[in-house]
Amino acid sequence: MSVYHPTVARLTYRALLGRRRALMLCALPALLLLVALAVRVLVGADDAVTAELLGGFALATMVPLIGVIAGTGAIGPEIDDGSVVYLLAKPLKRPTIILTKLVVAIGVTVTFSAVPTLVAGYLLNGNSQQLAVAYAVGAAVASVAYSALFLLLGTISRHAVVIGLVYALIWETLFGSVMPGARALSVQQWALSVAERIGPESLISSEVSLPVGLLLLVAVTAAGTGWAGRKLRTLTLAGED
Amino acid sequence: MTTLQIDHTSRWFGNVVAVNDVTMDITPGITGLLGPNGAGKSTLIHMMAGFLAPSTGSVTLNGETIWRNEASYRHIGLVPEREGMYDYLSGGDFVLANAELHELPDPRAAAARALATVEMEHAADRRISTYSKGMRQRVKMASALVHDPSVLLLDEPFNGMDPRQRMHLMELLRRMGDEGRTVLFSSHILEEVEQLASHIEVIVAGRHAASGNFRKIRRLMTDRPHRYVVRSSDDRRLAAALIGDPSTAGIQVNQDDRELHIQAVDFPRFTELLPRVARDQGIRLHSVSPSDESLESVFSYLVAA
Repeated sequence: MSVYHPTVARLTYRALLGRRRALMLCALPALLLLVALAVRVLVGADDAVTAELLGGFALATMVPLIGVIAGTGAIGPEIDDGSVVYLLAKPLKRPTIILTKLVVAIGVTVTFSAVPTLVAGYLLNGNSQQLAVAYAVGAAVASVAYSALFLLLGTISRHAVVIGLVYALIWETLFGSVMPGARALSVQQWALSVAERIGPESLISSEVSLPVGLLLLVAVTAAGTGWAGRKLRTLTLAGED
Repeated sequence: MTTLQIDHTSRWFGNVVAVNDVTMDITPGITGLLGPNGAGKSTLIHMMAGFLAPSTGSVTLNGETIWRNEASYRHIGLVPEREGMYDYLSGGDFVLANAELHELPDPRAAAARALATVEMEHAADRRISTYSKGMRQRVKMASALVHDPSVLLLDEPFNGMDPRQRMHLMELLRRMGDEGRTVLFSSHILEEVEQLASHIEVIVAGRHAASGNFRKIRRLMTDRPHRYVVRSSDDRRLAAALIGDPSTAGIQVNQDDRELHIQAVDFPRFTELLPRVARDQGIRLHSVSPSDESLESVFSYLVAA
C-alpha cells in the first residue's frame, strides 16, 4: 500500500486552496505578521513580548484554527456533497486516501501557521534566544497532530467545523490556559514541551515533559489517522431513496 | 462475461427494512431496475457498488464479494445520483483525475477516449460548475467509462433530463449494452425502462416483485383488476346492467357519495362495455375515473401477484 497518491493530493490541494478557503487561511497569518510588525516598530525588540505573542496568539489560537480549516476541509466537503464517491469507487486502498489527505492537511497547516510563526518571530526580535525557531517547531509538531485530529473529525461528523472550532477556541484557548487538568490534555501543551527544549525555559514552559508530550503527539496522530482510515473503509453513502 | 449476483440479500436501517430478501442475477445487456420512489432501488445499487454492506445475504461480482473489496472497482463503473463532483475542475481534468485514480497506464489517452464516447470534447476545458444538467451527466458517464468497465451502474440517470439529453443517454447506454457490458440503471418510470432495457427487475417496498422482459411486465401491469369510480344519473340501474357482464367482478353502490365502485377484470372489454350499456339504458355518465392508477398501486398489485 502506498501512503501517497498524487491525484488524491492534487484534488485535495485544489479544494483547500480554492478562493474562499485560501482567504480564510491567509487572514490569521496576515494578522499575526501585521501585529508583529507593529509591535516591533512601537515597542522594539522585546523577548517577553515576543514569547507572549507567539505563545499566546500564534501557537494557542492561530495553529488550531488553521488546523481546523485544513484538516476538516481536506475531506469534509467531499463527504458532504457526495463527490468522495469518485475517490472511493476506485481500486485504491482507503488508508492511502486518508494518509494522502493527512499529508496535504499537514503541509497546508505548516505553511499557513508554522512558517508565519517563524517569520513573525524574526520580525519581533530577530530570533533572539531562539524564540522564533522554538515556537515555529512547536507550531509544526502541533500542525501534525491537529491535522490528524481534524481530518478524523471531518470524516466522522457533518458538523466537523463547529466541533473543531469549539475544541480549538474553548478547550485549547480557554480551558487550556485556565484549568490545570485540562492543560495537560491539549495539543498546545504537548507542542510546548518540544518548544521548551529549544527556547529559553524562563519564557516557554509546558505542563508535560518532553517524552510525554512527544508520546501523546504521536499517539493522537496515529490513532486519529487509523480511525479515519477505518471509517472511510466502511463509509456508507446513505441511500437518498 | 460479467454477472452481478444478489443472493437472498436484505438491508435494514434500524427498524426500517429497505431491501427485503432480494435474489437476482444481473447479466450482460441492459437491465432496468424499476420501482416507485422509496422502493429500495438506491439501497440495492449502493450495495452493488460497494457502498453499503448487506445486512444479510451477499452481493457478488463474478463470485467475489463487493463490500470492502476495492479491487472490484476495476470492473465497475458507477454513475451516482448525487450531483457533487468537484465543480472547481474542468470536465477534462475531472475525467483525467478519474483515470489516474484507476492507475491506468495511459490516463490521458483513456480520458480523451471517454470524453469522445460521451461527445464532450468541445466543453472539456470548461469548469464543471458552468455545465448544464445534461453535460454533467455526460461527464459523469465519461468518468465511469474511463477504465472500460464491464459493469455499469447508474442510479436514476434520467432524472431531470430534457428529452434530447434523454435520447442521447439512451443511445449511449444501448451501445454499452450491445458491446456486451452489464448495464444496470434504476428508474421509477415504466416508459423509460421499457424503451431501453431488454430485461426488467421490479422492486416494490424493498421486495423483488417481478422480473422479465418489458412485454411480460407490461402485461402484468395491464392484466390486473382495474378499479373505477363512476358517477351517473342512475347508479343502481347502471350497476345492475354492468354486473351481468363477465368483465366486471364486483360493484359497490355507495349511496352517501352517490357513486359506484367497480372492479373490472377484463380491462379492454370493460372500457368498451361501459359506454355502450349507458347509452342503451339511457343513463348519463357524469364521471368515470380510475381509482388506482397511481404507480404505487400498480406496483403493489405486482407484489401480490
